[in-house]
Amino acid sequence: MIPAPFDYVRAGSAEEAVALLVEHGDEAKLLAGGHSLLPLMKLRLAIPSVLIDVGRVHELSFIEEQGDEVAIGALTRHHDLETSSLLKEQVPMLPYIAHQVGDPQVRHRGTLGGSLAHGDPASDLPAAILALGGTLVAQGPGGRREIAAVDFFKGFLETALAPDEMLVEIRVPKAPGAGWSFQKFNRRAQDWAIVGVAAVVNGTTGIALVNMGSTPLRATAVEAAVGGGASVVEAALLAAEGADPPSDINASSEYRRHLATVLVRRALEEATS
Amino acid sequence: MTMGAGAFSGKPVRRVEDPALLRGEGTYVDNLKIEGMLTLHFVRSPIAHATIRSIDASAARAMPGVVGVYSATDLAFPPAPALMTLRPGAVRPALAEDRVNFVGDPVVVVVAESRALAMDAAEMVEIDYEPLGAVVDMEDALSPDSPVQYESIGSNVMIGLRSGSDDPLAGADVVVRGRFENQRVAVVPMEGSAIAVDPTGADYDLTVHLACQMPHMIRGVLSGLLELEPDRVRVIAPHVGGSFGGKHLSAEGVVAAKLALELGRPVKWVETRSENMVALPHGRGQVQYVELGLKHDGTMVGLRCRMVGDAGAYAGFGGILVLGQTKIMAQGVYHIPEIAFDVGIVVTNTTPMGAYRGAGRPEAAAFLERIVDMAADELDMDPVELRRKNFIQPEEFPLTTVMGAEYDSGDYEVALDEALRISDYKGLRDEQAQRRARGDRMLLGIGLACYVEVTGGGEEFAEVEVHDDGMITVKAGTSAHGQGHATAFAQIAADQFGVPIEQIRYVQSDTARVARGGGTGGSRSVQLGGTAVLQTSKLVVERAKELVADILEAAPEDIVVTGDGSVGVAGVPSKAITWAQVARTASERGAPLQVQHDTERAGSTFPFGAHVAVVEVDSETGRVVPVQHFAVDDCGVIVNPLLVDGQVHGGLASGIAQALWEQFLYDADGNPITSTLAEYAMPSAAELPSFTTAHTETPSPVNDLGAKGIGESATVGSTPAVQNAVVDALSHLGVRHIDMPCTPERVWRAISDARIGTLPDPWREPRTEMAAFPKEGASEEELERGAESVNL
Ligand SMILES: Cc1cc2nc3c(=O)[nH]c(=O)nc-3n(C[C@H](O)[C@H](O)[C@H](O)COP(=O)(O)OP(=O)(O)OC[C@H]3O[C@@H](n4cnc5c(N)ncnc54)[C@H](O)[C@@H]3O)c2cc1C
Repeated sequence: MIPAPFDYVRAGSAEEAVALLVEHGDEAKLLAGGHSLLPLMKLRLAIPSVLIDVGRVHELSFIEEQGDEVAIGALTRHHDLETSSLLKEQVPMLPYIAHQVGDPQVRHRGTLGGSLAHGDPASDLPAAILALGGTLVAQGPGGRREIAAVDFFKGFLETALAPDEMLVEIRVPKAPGAGWSFQKFNRRAQDWAIVGVAAVVNGTTGIALVNMGSTPLRATAVEAAVGGGASVVEAALLAAEGADPPSDINASSEYRRHLATVLVRRALEEATS
Repeated sequence: MTMGAGAFSGKPVRRVEDPALLRGEGTYVDNLKIEGMLTLHFVRSPIAHATIRSIDASAARAMPGVVGVYSATDLAFPPAPALMTLRPGAVRPALAEDRVNFVGDPVVVVVAESRALAMDAAEMVEIDYEPLGAVVDMEDALSPDSPVQYESIGSNVMIGLRSGSDDPLAGADVVVRGRFENQRVAVVPMEGSAIAVDPTGADYDLTVHLACQMPHMIRGVLSGLLELEPDRVRVIAPHVGGSFGGKHLSAEGVVAAKLALELGRPVKWVETRSENMVALPHGRGQVQYVELGLKHDGTMVGLRCRMVGDAGAYAGFGGILVLGQTKIMAQGVYHIPEIAFDVGIVVTNTTPMGAYRGAGRPEAAAFLERIVDMAADELDMDPVELRRKNFIQPEEFPLTTVMGAEYDSGDYEVALDEALRISDYKGLRDEQAQRRARGDRMLLGIGLACYVEVTGGGEEFAEVEVHDDGMITVKAGTSAHGQGHATAFAQIAADQFGVPIEQIRYVQSDTARVARGGGTGGSRSVQLGGTAVLQTSKLVVERAKELVADILEAAPEDIVVTGDGSVGVAGVPSKAITWAQVARTASERGAPLQVQHDTERAGSTFPFGAHVAVVEVDSETGRVVPVQHFAVDDCGVIVNPLLVDGQVHGGLASGIAQALWEQFLYDADGNPITSTLAEYAMPSAAELPSFTTAHTETPSPVNDLGAKGIGESATVGSTPAVQNAVVDALSHLGVRHIDMPCTPERVWRAISDARIGTLPDPWREPRTEMAAFPKEGASEEELERGAESVNL
């Protein structure tokens, strides 16, 4: 319950954080809301020797319009997503999903950037950004670069971020009239999803799956089927195609596949109704 | 306001305990600061079953702030106490000696200046283990081939015993059979185990601050283990953050006490949540093979139970409950003329088993109410009618059951009728039929459970004193750990003295301040401690009346307690004196107004009730949502309905949790896989339905209050009601049983199996080893064991 000893430094800006990452190399970890990192440290499953606290880089906590997109600072807390009137108007699925994350305490500490950078396939917000077709902005020693959400998640808890890069901004397309649905299946209100489905229907269809493999996933077979004119029921049967869901104490792989088909069908029905 | 008889008793008086708790003024062990106190941290086994080859603690000893590092070879610790011994020779050392028997078994203890330093040093202890095969499944442990935990005993079977009727199913037209798992659950009190031991006080060799339920009993046990005079040891149970049967003197507690003596310094151990999940004894853990024989008309003919009880590692005392409370309550609320009850109690390489809310009675109600529902399905009878047909009738009490229990009083049909009324049972059945006819996705399940359980039994101590300032101190030998005795007992006393609640000061849970006591467990406190307070208050009032008669020169029989805090001549307001004056006069005459009193031994009481649970089952996903719960619990005469409903609400949460969510699981090697609250699915308020509670009040004849226990009843009734509701939702598909917890996947599988015709048989024969156990009648010893296990 008590983490191994570590050094603590606080970064005042993204530049400073990146410089500290360069300085400390592999030993260091960024600390945002701490709600994924600290539990691992308390169980001594993560033992970073330096923590670079970016929790007070206030310039990276914002939600603002940028042309056709809404830009969100990486340090924006889940609670701020939940209550943003701009998002409720332009990307209503995001506040809705943020509201399903953990409990109020988690939502007041956890950040969107932390959730994405952690890359947990069981998390809700990565699926949201995937389904929305978002863009992630990383800042490294050489400046900023953009990464499409579909290219961001590389493996279990592994992302496209380089060790000396920090995620600074997330952009999602405005879509005030889009159909959308989020289906989170769990046993208790504060739990992670056993399976979750985020669907956005806006000319094209974007569907992302929670906890159906080692990374947050797009349900590409379903998307293609819908694009090709298949009915919702038919398309939903393809929900688990290409997925490799885990078996754990909450569900077998087989049951997850079944849930995915049910939840994708419900999501499509709701998003297109 | 006029006080006196009945002014407070029976009324929903608000808890006097809460203001301090709400203001953060709790006295929990971890809040205690003692100058120079050291902290303990345990190095625990990461392997379920292994011999210890070597321990190297040199690096840990050299760490800054470390005062000492001890294994069983470094210091002679007394053994860990067993509340009940399953089998001579099945002892547990306080620290593992040559082998470890479960993941979490403490092997080494680090003593350091702070908790963080102790934890850092613990990481430096090197222990070399040689794994032995582990036995995790209790039925596997019946096998002579399973890796043996106690070489000296030579078998993992601690008790194997057959008893009762030789042919209980003879004469039955129909026999229904089920194999039911009553799964292992964790107790999960909000506060984990905690102990602080101070050897530096002037008046005692040891002062022990322990989160526990029975401080006096623990003083006796601990002083015996440490070879100290009992009156040189003081045990205090401060505020305790829930216990539910779980908190007694643990192995770690014995280590703490021994080290305090050894080092001559105060030491503290406060469990982390991670430790709590594997170190605090678990509860339940039975596999039940149950067969019920009936006539075509639904009359019960006989019951055959073959039960396996998991004792966990070191023959945890919870293993005995199957032979105690589960057995004694096997007959439940029904006439069942013949019962056979065979038991195998085994050790496994898992967390030791202990008592958890209900301790053996929920397990009894669970199998009986499950098999009765299976019978109703088989006979195509309404489950209400089948139950009604077999109820023990009110005029039959007191009644000695086939199992030897002495039921005190009851009216099972009244409770059932009330449950059916408040739940609109008929309306629910109509709604269910409509949903089925429409082919709705959301299926409705209606579950019923009628139960009787056993509480209390024994004697209790109280002391009541009126002080010169008119304040009245009430002490009882029970020990509340959340229940609200300070409120309930003050109500009882205030009525006798005709004073406001605020005039009562309540003292408990400290062996230095309360002469003796049985503590709190088995829902005993109001019926025994409350009765002790009532009787003792009456004795004080009698003495006061004599004194006042003397002062006022009146006849003692004319003296009454007035409604305004005085004692005086009946009907003559001018001839009365206040309690303060009475007390002062008593002191002046050399005999302060104080009485200590022990109640006579009382028999157990048998609370009962009927629950109706309503669930919705999503037929596509198997997800179960409990949507309503109606609980009618009869705990005899109620002292405070607010406290009773608090107990019922908590009990319902525990009971529903077992039916739908909670299960403590291990992998095949004995590694716990639900040891955090992320995996161990304890529900919160968000998952639970709104509760509708009601009470019938059938007085118990065995105590002056007419009260029965209520701390565990709702747990007993709710679990089978909810499980039955889940099965009921699917009964039209042919589903007859789903084991607990009824997880979405299990329910989905039952639905899909039913659709494709591959439903598994809910029955299979138990392992053949059971048949070879020796046959015994209900021996004295067994009955005693049964009686002993009441008070957990
Ligand atoms: C009890 C509980 C319940 C939860 N339930 C849910 C749930 O239902 N659904 C859900 O989606 N999540 C859930 N979470 C996770 C929660 O949403 C976390 O807050 C989130 O996953 C991580 O965000 P954070 O800001 O706390 O990141 P941190 O824990 O601070 O960091 C996580 C990782 O990301 C890295 N990191 C953080 N910020 C950046 C950045 N800007 N650039 C690069 N790397 C960065 C860190 O170095 C670390 O490796 C739960 C957490 C808890 C404790």
